[in-house]
Amino acid sequence: MCLAIIGKVESIEYPFATVNFKGTKKKVRIDLIEDLKIGEYVLVHVGFAIQKVDSREVEQYNEIWENVINSLQ
Amino acid sequence: MRSKIIFELAKKIEKEANGIRDIKIMHLCGTHEDTITRYNLRSLMPKNLKLLSGPGCPVCIIPDADLQAVFHLIENANVVLTTFGDMARVPFEGKSLFYFKSKGCEVKIVYSIFDALEIAKRSDKPVVHFGIGFETTMPSTALAILDGIENFYVFSSHRFFVPAINHLLSSNIKIDGFINPGHVSTIVGVKAYEKIEIPQVIAGFEPEDVMLAVYQLVKSIKNGENKVFNEYKRAVTYEGNVKAQMVMNEVFERENWDWRGLGVVKDSGGKIRKKYEEYDALKVFEDIFSNFEIKEDPKKRACRCGDVLKGLIEPLECPLFNKVCNPKNPVGPCMVSVEGTCNIWARLGGC
Repeated sequence: MCLAIIGKVESIEYPFATVNFKGTKKKVRIDLIEDLKIGEYVLVHVGFAIQKVDSREVEQYNEIWENVINSLQ
Repeated sequence: MRSKIIFELAKKIEKEANGIRDIKIMHLCGTHEDTITRYNLRSLMPKNLKLLSGPGCPVCIIPDADLQAVFHLIENANVVLTTFGDMARVPFEGKSLFYFKSKGCEVKIVYSIFDALEIAKRSDKPVVHFGIGFETTMPSTALAILDGIENFYVFSSHRFFVPAINHLLSSNIKIDGFINPGHVSTIVGVKAYEKIEIPQVIAGFEPEDVMLAVYQLVKSIKNGENKVFNEYKRAVTYEGNVKAQMVMNEVFERENWDWRGLGVVKDSGGKIRKKYEEYDALKVFEDIFSNFEIKEDPKKRACRCGDVLKGLIEPLECPLFNKVCNPKNPVGPCMVSVEGTCNIWARLGGC
């Protein structure tokens, strides 16, 4: 229920943004996030962004996961 | 690589716990239970450390009275009812919201409350959203109410989670430390836990996160440090999401509300403030609720969901577990929700 996933903001049409979750795009509410910009990452829970997430950390995570996936192939 | 990190952390936990008294650590989120059971992390714990599951599943802690009230509403009023998927499967006297849907009632499952708002905009009927969830979810309900759609109402079963931690501390089960819920903490921030005098770690949901949290808790327990550590810094700040807190507190006030298993928890109920009562289903449909009476479900007498939520027993100790009560035929909500401890143990083989 309290699940939340990280996605990248692709476009903003306040109070909505289109967020890309590794290829799956979803329109989410962004009212509760201050000063959100295209290209930033957000944590999304039940259709609304609950927090901005540090881009460098997300990119590092993505890199780790890509390495894991590649090592399985 | 990941298993190496996890095993290294297991060794560190073992070393840190060596020679100390028996300790109990409770996690407070269904997703943490999923991680612990999925990766069989309990098997990596030292013998003197017990990892308990707490009341961290918002579907599970909602008492039957709330569910009965919603059933009463859809049986007696011509409304469209929206809610999240797991809630629609929770049974009472053998009926669930899906049962009412099969009988022709308009019950719609939504991913987000904003989908419910869209349904309301297209409908000429009153649309009532059965609102569940802790501080993670409450701000979205508050925003939906503030949108001011005239045929949209909320039946609030929201609970503030932080008061439940204090409540657990006064219960008859001695807990030595908590793994605090990651996404509730995203909203409330580290500061919300600072006055709770017990070792706590706010943790993320990867197995490495949980293992690191346990390691830090064992160190804190050993050193008598009643502090809050934030292991989930990639999502949780000291202040939390202040805007979300403001919106939530604008719409909801706190009341002493009942939780399954825990009983009445002081200041934990998310009651819609009088200022927004025109969106409060309890107020708008008060005539319908005037003849509502709470009953007991005899089918649930043997269900020990409440004891599982308090960490008093593990699912295997319930006489119904994986017999009459299983994920396809759940008796209690802990077996319904994918975040319920019984459901997780049944699907993933907890022990």
